[in-house]
Amino acid sequence: MSGFHGSILPATKREKMASRAVQLSFVVALGGLWYFATNHWGVNPLLLPKPQLVFVELADILRSGEFWPDLVLTLSELGAAFAISLSLGLIIGFLVSLSPALVKVFEPLIAAVYAVPIILFLPLYVLFFGLGAPSKIALGATISFFPIVLNTIAGFISVEKVYVTAARSMGASPTMLVRYVLVPGAFPVILTGLRMGFTVALFSIIGSETIASLAGLGHRIVHLAEAMEMARMFAYIVFVIGIAATLNQLVSWLEKKGTSWR
Amino acid sequence: MSMQNQTVDQVAVSIHGVAHHFGESGDAKHVKALQETTMDIYRGELLALIGPSGCGKSTLLNVIGGLLNPAQGHVDVCGKRVDGPMPHEIAYVFQENALFPWNTIIENIRLGMLFQGVAKSEHEDRAQQSLKAVGLMEFANHYPGQLSGGMRQRAALARALSLDTPVLLMDEPFGALDEQTRMVLGEDLSVLLSRTRKTIIFVTHSLGEAVFLADRVAVFSARPGRIKQVINVDEAHPRKPSFMTAEKFTRLRNELYDLLHDEIRKTVDLGSRGGGF
Repeated sequence: MSGFHGSILPATKREKMASRAVQLSFVVALGGLWYFATNHWGVNPLLLPKPQLVFVELADILRSGEFWPDLVLTLSELGAAFAISLSLGLIIGFLVSLSPALVKVFEPLIAAVYAVPIILFLPLYVLFFGLGAPSKIALGATISFFPIVLNTIAGFISVEKVYVTAARSMGASPTMLVRYVLVPGAFPVILTGLRMGFTVALFSIIGSETIASLAGLGHRIVHLAEAMEMARMFAYIVFVIGIAATLNQLVSWLEKKGTSWR
Repeated sequence: MSMQNQTVDQVAVSIHGVAHHFGESGDAKHVKALQETTMDIYRGELLALIGPSGCGKSTLLNVIGGLLNPAQGHVDVCGKRVDGPMPHEIAYVFQENALFPWNTIIENIRLGMLFQGVAKSEHEDRAQQSLKAVGLMEFANHYPGQLSGGMRQRAALARALSLDTPVLLMDEPFGALDEQTRMVLGEDLSVLLSRTRKTIIFVTHSLGEAVFLADRVAVFSARPGRIKQVINVDEAHPRKPSFMTAEKFTRLRNELYDLLHDEIRKTVDLGSRGGGF
């Protein structure tokens, strides 16, 4: 019992390591399952290619650099879509949050539209904007706009009134109030919205590339599937997962940095 | 040292027939919060407002601070008519922790000065001074969330002090703290205030706190509130802990209790629809 207090800190560290170990063994087990299913249990290689072949293809993709044009296109579509939804979401969200009456009208309205699977309108987007990048950007921007605008509204109206009162009593001008109180107060919630928006923008852009497109990572994967080049298709899937995981880590890191006071 | 004998130019805050209600009359939600109140508060005086819940003492404080426009009457602070916040004359310490949690303690203090319009070159000196005054120098770079409730209120006081205003309004500044912490903070406040000679109006629920800190205690009646009586404490600052066990302290505290008892009973009985025991 005497060692109980002293062991609190190491225990949390140990717990963290233990959960890491479980996560790692899950990935290893999945890989092992994949290996045995394809090499020993006779799963059709057209449905699931052998992992070692996928690895060889992945190495080839990375070495040849053939992924660059598709990656650059997909990421620039993502960048453009996110820039649009971020600016519109933040501006509209902020303006709506200024008046309780506007919040009462628009918040449920936006939330209702958010529940509509906007991907259904992809054919319309293609009709309006063509098969190329503009339709992907427009769709990604539309879909990611909603979580951003909703969290921006929620963020601003969640700022405790006493902070606003305190700032006013000290003589803060409206601009100061926005800059030093409302924005930092709303920031953590807004950041959550940006993170959600970023993720759905990525999903909808890659998704729409697989449905109707001329180029991009999603297009490449479907193209390989149609050519029955399953190992290479899986290699691209692994590649996209890697890119998505990296972007996710980056956004998480930014989020953590932005809310360090919590 | 009876404050009432002092002359008009020594009046810091002058309350002229202030009355307030929430909601329109005839409306179901109409609440008469404060009956017509007139009172002068003198320079360097520490006035405590005490009364049952909902008696309008916080309402009066917010009217003085320009955070609330009264339905009737007006307030002059340092000879100026109040019609909004007066950051150069009045600083606030709120009951809830009103420090910005996303800023460190020192950033909070600097921000207050930035809001008030203090020249940037003065920020550092004044911030350090006010932190020193409340004994929080080592915690300048801590976030409010990393401090105890008592330390947070000290920090809030430091932010108010750095604004260097002649008037300080405190709305139950120690309301959320435990008894021991409030006693210690009360002693510190008495020492601090005897040095700064600010005019202070503070709202409290604690009879002991009111007697220990105030020069005068204004006792409110139950809603709709009015000042029922003003009690003089007449004891020099800084007050020592021994004052709390003095016969005079007990007598004044009991006097306050008698004045308040009936008013509190009214509020409680109203709240429980006559279900007293």
